[in-house]
Amino acid sequence: MADARSALGIEGIVSEPGSRKPDPVLMADGITRHFGGVTAVDVSHVEFQRGQITALIGPNGAGKTTFFNLLTGFDKPNTGTWEFNGKSLVGVPPHRVSRMGMVRTFQLTKSLTKLTVIENMRLGASGQRGEKFLPALVRSMWSKQEDEITERADELLQRFKLDHMRDEFAGSLSGGQRKLLEMARALMSAPELIMLDEPMAGVNPALTQSLLGHVKSLREDGMSVVFVEHDMDVVHDISDWVVVMAEGRVIAEGTPTDIGRNQDVIDAYLGTHHGQDLHPEIAKATAARDELLAAGDDVDIADLPHSELPTEVPAEPTDEESSPDGDAADGAPSDGAPSDGEDTP
Amino acid sequence: MNWNFIITTAFSAIFIKETVFYVLGAQGLNIHYGYTGLMNFGQAGFMAVGAYGMAISYETFGWSLWVGILVGLVWAVLLALLLGLPALRLRGDYLAIVTIAAAEIIRLLARSESMQSVTGGNSGINGFAGSFYDLNPWVNGRTYEFGPFNYRGQDLWVQTVGWGVVLLMALLTFLLMRSPWGRVLKSIRENEDAVRALGKNVYAYKVQSLILGGVMGALGGIVIAIGNASVQPDAFATRTTFICYGALILGGAARVWGPVLGGIVFYVAFRFLDVLIRQLERNDLVPDSIMTSTQSGVVRFIFLGAALVLLMVFRPQGILGDRKELQFDG
Repeated sequence: MADARSALGIEGIVSEPGSRKPDPVLMADGITRHFGGVTAVDVSHVEFQRGQITALIGPNGAGKTTFFNLLTGFDKPNTGTWEFNGKSLVGVPPHRVSRMGMVRTFQLTKSLTKLTVIENMRLGASGQRGEKFLPALVRSMWSKQEDEITERADELLQRFKLDHMRDEFAGSLSGGQRKLLEMARALMSAPELIMLDEPMAGVNPALTQSLLGHVKSLREDGMSVVFVEHDMDVVHDISDWVVVMAEGRVIAEGTPTDIGRNQDVIDAYLGTHHGQDLHPEIAKATAARDELLAAGDDVDIADLPHSELPTEVPAEPTDEESSPDGDAADGAPSDGAPSDGEDTP
Repeated sequence: MNWNFIITTAFSAIFIKETVFYVLGAQGLNIHYGYTGLMNFGQAGFMAVGAYGMAISYETFGWSLWVGILVGLVWAVLLALLLGLPALRLRGDYLAIVTIAAAEIIRLLARSESMQSVTGGNSGINGFAGSFYDLNPWVNGRTYEFGPFNYRGQDLWVQTVGWGVVLLMALLTFLLMRSPWGRVLKSIRENEDAVRALGKNVYAYKVQSLILGGVMGALGGIVIAIGNASVQPDAFATRTTFICYGALILGGAARVWGPVLGGIVFYVAFRFLDVLIRQLERNDLVPDSIMTSTQSGVVRFIFLGAALVLLMVFRPQGILGDRKELQFDG
């Protein structure tokens, strides 16, 4: 993998927020988005390198999904410019963004439940003649193209191991299969850049592995991938470059290894007081009790200062190790880290 | 009790022009609601502009009936654009509010005194459509018998043309919905944002859908206006929209034949109740303490409403619908 990275020229890129890339596919400048008094996104500059898998990470409420919506035209920023392949995307509606070759998926899958899997796939194809009103009436105008589309769709279904569900309603798929379908459907238009919003969320570990494989194969096919993710293991496994957001800003950029060591990132996820005792009074009280207990056996338990202890002790970051999936990066932001305070509405 | 009379009157409603009126309205709603998921609660408005567009051109401006029909359809397109441009950018329920209000505005405007010289106020426009009957292959004024059913020559001509239009609209629906165009509409019904993300101009499709369904409704208005040789503003009250919805859901939404079958079953059932209750009244089989003759008009709607409730509970997908699809809602 190290060879692949040097081949992509990552070693020449500086690991700092807003660093220049040799060949950016997507570039954003001065993007801000306010919701009332809350600034959800405030990105001064960021570039995404072509042909790479870039992970966009950050604690909950960091503005990742909002930033995604802004870049893909689903939401409009208060200020800023951004461009895809050198063409400005300011004011471009989402369907045009998609037609330009930048297709996104959603955090909550949007399967077209009452359409069959194959119809979902066919919808993804771009430039369909039969999607115009008058040609739609005459089958011979579009049937040949439809056959080609179906062939492509079947290939993709096979690749994503959904071919056995081909004629089932998309509504009968499991959550993980819907994620696969959504990704496969996005590929129908052969995009240059695919934006995946939490592709692994709610997917079981076995399927995660196969999803990761699919994402990697997209890069091998020459596509650029930007994806939002919480899971640091996933990020380490597949991404070439990591952009970290917190409180709406890009706070760090770098290779996954750099990011794992970056103090700003650790602070953003775990809080600036990480490793310190958040409640000195608890420590003091505990020490005092230990002293009393050591002093003699005749101490009345009621005299012990434990009754003054706060009844609810906020979970400390170390608690994550006991979270069911043992997934530290995922558990931290939701466990009351200070940066979690400002959720985007 | 003349059961023979009750049954023949009820079943002769299969072919009558009123059924055509509701079927065409429901076919339009099938495009809006069944396939695109647009909550158009103002279908009566589209039906009204069709009828009035034609009647005003013919009666007030003295244009030919055929030009009048075209004018009626153009008005429906304009109404769809007028409503769609602001409202289709909003989410579903807003469209429902805008359309129901617009339909009422159209009706109240048509029956207002200040519009009397154009729309005839609350007595409407009457006594036109002569040139339509000039083309009648059946003899005007003669009564034709088809098995147990009797129809006048004029009505038969309206029915022939009306059902021809219904079949044409069913064919149009079939052709469109098997095409990629129809696939986009159905996808919009399921999830707009997903369709947008795949590069389709959702808004343009919604406008097209609103126009297409609105034109179907306008055709219904035109058929009934010609059939009655009159346009009455109160024929296009909100109730008309909901009868069309009832017919659509009864038959099965998002099915080519759903609104057709639903409209027929609905109107036959309605006529059956109507005649049955009147026969019961006439033969004094219902004591006045339960229902007086003036109440009978309302009672049939009560029964019809109850029947629709039962339908929704026991067969929500309608006659032709697939229950499996309903499981995937939400």
